[in-house]
Amino acid sequence: MYLRQLSYALLAAVLVSTSLQAVFAAGAHEGEQFYPLFTYRTGPYANVGTSIVAGQKDMLDYLNETEGGVNGVLNYMVECETSYDIDKGIECFDRYVGGHQGAPTATITGMSSGLFAATVERNRKHKMPHMTPGGGTATAIDGRFNEYQFSVMFDYWREAQIVVEYIAQRLGGHDKLKDQVIVTLYHDSGYGRETITPMKMLSEQYGFKDVQIPVAHPGIQQEAQWQRIRNEKADWVFFRSWGAMTPVGIKTAKRTGFPVDHIIGDIWATSEDDVRPAGDAAIGYTGVNIFPPGTDYELLKRIKETLYDKGKGDLKEMERFGTVYYNFGVITSLIYSEVLRTGHTKFGNRPITGEEAKWAYENLNIDQARLEDIGAVGLLAPLKLSRCNHQGESIQAKVIQWAGDGWDSTDWIEIDTQLFVPIFTAKAEELAKEQGVPKRDLPECEA
Amino acid sequence: MPETQTSPRADLLPLSQRSGLVKPGIIGALTIAALAVPLSFNDYWINSIMIPMLVMGIAGVGLNLLMGFTGCVSIGSAAFMAVGAFSAYNLLLRVPVLPLPVVIILAGLIAAVFGVLFGLPSLRIKGFYLAASTLGAQFFFEWLFTNFSWFCNDNLSLTITAPRLELFGMDLKSVHGRYMIVSVTTLALVALAYSIVRSRIGREWIAVSDMETSATVIGIKVRARKLLAFGISSFYCGIAGVLWGFCYLQTSNAHSFDLDKSFEILFIVIIGGTASIFGNFIGAAFIVLTPIFLNLAVVGLGLTEHVNIGITTNLQRVLFGAMIVYILIKEPDGLYKLLQRAAAALSGACRRLRVTA
Repeated sequence: MYLRQLSYALLAAVLVSTSLQAVFAAGAHEGEQFYPLFTYRTGPYANVGTSIVAGQKDMLDYLNETEGGVNGVLNYMVECETSYDIDKGIECFDRYVGGHQGAPTATITGMSSGLFAATVERNRKHKMPHMTPGGGTATAIDGRFNEYQFSVMFDYWREAQIVVEYIAQRLGGHDKLKDQVIVTLYHDSGYGRETITPMKMLSEQYGFKDVQIPVAHPGIQQEAQWQRIRNEKADWVFFRSWGAMTPVGIKTAKRTGFPVDHIIGDIWATSEDDVRPAGDAAIGYTGVNIFPPGTDYELLKRIKETLYDKGKGDLKEMERFGTVYYNFGVITSLIYSEVLRTGHTKFGNRPITGEEAKWAYENLNIDQARLEDIGAVGLLAPLKLSRCNHQGESIQAKVIQWAGDGWDSTDWIEIDTQLFVPIFTAKAEELAKEQGVPKRDLPECEA
Repeated sequence: MPETQTSPRADLLPLSQRSGLVKPGIIGALTIAALAVPLSFNDYWINSIMIPMLVMGIAGVGLNLLMGFTGCVSIGSAAFMAVGAFSAYNLLLRVPVLPLPVVIILAGLIAAVFGVLFGLPSLRIKGFYLAASTLGAQFFFEWLFTNFSWFCNDNLSLTITAPRLELFGMDLKSVHGRYMIVSVTTLALVALAYSIVRSRIGREWIAVSDMETSATVIGIKVRARKLLAFGISSFYCGIAGVLWGFCYLQTSNAHSFDLDKSFEILFIVIIGGTASIFGNFIGAAFIVLTPIFLNLAVVGLGLTEHVNIGITTNLQRVLFGAMIVYILIKEPDGLYKLLQRAAAALSGACRRLRVTA
């Protein structure tokens, strides 16, 4: 009887090993550029993850269809499901960092700040850039200490600046900030706590009163916090929320009588998936945004024409087309494809390696003219990186407002990018020393 | 859960009777494996398969000493992993003179102290209620490490990264270096576990788990033995935490050791086999490898071209769950027992062949 079971086990082993061989067989996709998609189509954030990966995939499929890939180098994509779990993400990283079936990997986009922080050592070892638009850690922007980390576009310290800037605009001048009370209601985690220091510094600069109120994960009970917001006589709430905490917060605000249009959500708390569950209570809710929603951009029209009008495309539900998270995916792949193009100018139109991609990142320049060519004006702000600056030489974001069936939006709001840089550098230096990471010798960054 | 630990003694007997053969065999095989694997496998296999399997196996041994042998249910094992990881981080950072092995042992001891502390309720309560109180450890430490940034050296993102992994001036941060740390530690801990369960302590633990009253009657200090089990169990979990944080993830935070991880350890014990040592590694292999193999099989068979990966991922979970249920129905004593019987059947068949020939 056990012999029979043993033979079943053997059969299973043979099946597994043959399929493994098929997976790791070399050469089937030589001459193509491999791009592993770190997805979370399952798990607690599946609705978000499904939109993101659809955008990522559609953008590169669109390039594959229209120009045979990036400059004719076909994009070969394979999904690796992480369920937004760091352990699984690391397994995916190890599996695909060396390329797949003869096609080299040029970039890892883990789509998770946690994973971004967890793979620093691995990125350095494999000379593999890790790009995360809008996420990651603020200290990663200094290229001298974080050679392979690219947290492009944004960080939470700059978000605090954008929020204060936006409030000043609404009030009609920075001097009017003086007698305001700005409460930061934050998810009590590393992510949520990142804005404590910048808000304190900004309050010292502009003279508003800074109040910090934590909400424990998952944040589905916020009565006490909103009661306290009332008692503090808050004028504005900077809502650093995540997941289920957001709709609950919006509804609780409505119940306690706090005006919803004076709540300014975090970039991860301002999407259709955040406001729709709150129903009518969310009408007027505002939030910081770097992945502008909408379908009117030239690029999105082209994607729709090339893919969805011909029955292709990754989305099952068309109403997700043009949402914040779908456009996040499109923007991610857009930046990635521009990195490949930059790499091709130096290395030729061929698949590039991680180390070559690092050069491309550090010479990336998506300017206004290029944005017009791609048809992404308004979708992405100009993005220029360098060896010293792995985030972007100008930082811009919009503030969008939920109208019940779509979003109204401000134009790009720009901020002083130099304000927090000394702090980031000091922190990065300390961290590098702690971990024994050598500092890159880049004289142009030592200003 | 207590129902599954039917009779630990029956499980132990054949082992101790045949220990002259089995133990050196297993240890020898493990030693060979530890030395041979880094030479032959590529980075992916060592990093993503061998290291997590061995580390989760150690955590399984830890819980099994407590649950399988002593009969105290705990669902807070990951909390002690977190204690181990955060202790090791702070020791390496703040007391730089300490060599790595000392740090690992100290981190285990710190976890053991907290294990004893959270084991105190076991003196009064049992079974399900005890499980609930160990859950307290799980929530307490997750809260502690996210709310007091001192533990992660005021890092903005509340994560900890190993400051240095070196021994006698050798840098052990490479894949092979980390694998050596893990495999050598595993060997030492497995040897220790075998000698503990075969000593007087191990026998007294089994007596306690079989029936507390009669254990008291024959003069066993039940309370001391239970607390010792909590301490040793947490020692193992603490070391597993150090290895998980520094040799596998390399950067971790309190959420790397959440309730899911505790349940994973619990499943390793149940699937591998309660009241066994080597079984934990089989259980860990099953828990760590099956999802990866299922996933690779899906990719390898080319299903991703036709089917949405979200659907196949959910199907993999269903399949994984079904396998667990099937195994528990067919072999409630775990995969270890299954393997033992398969080996016995095989040797029996060989003997018959020899007789007929």
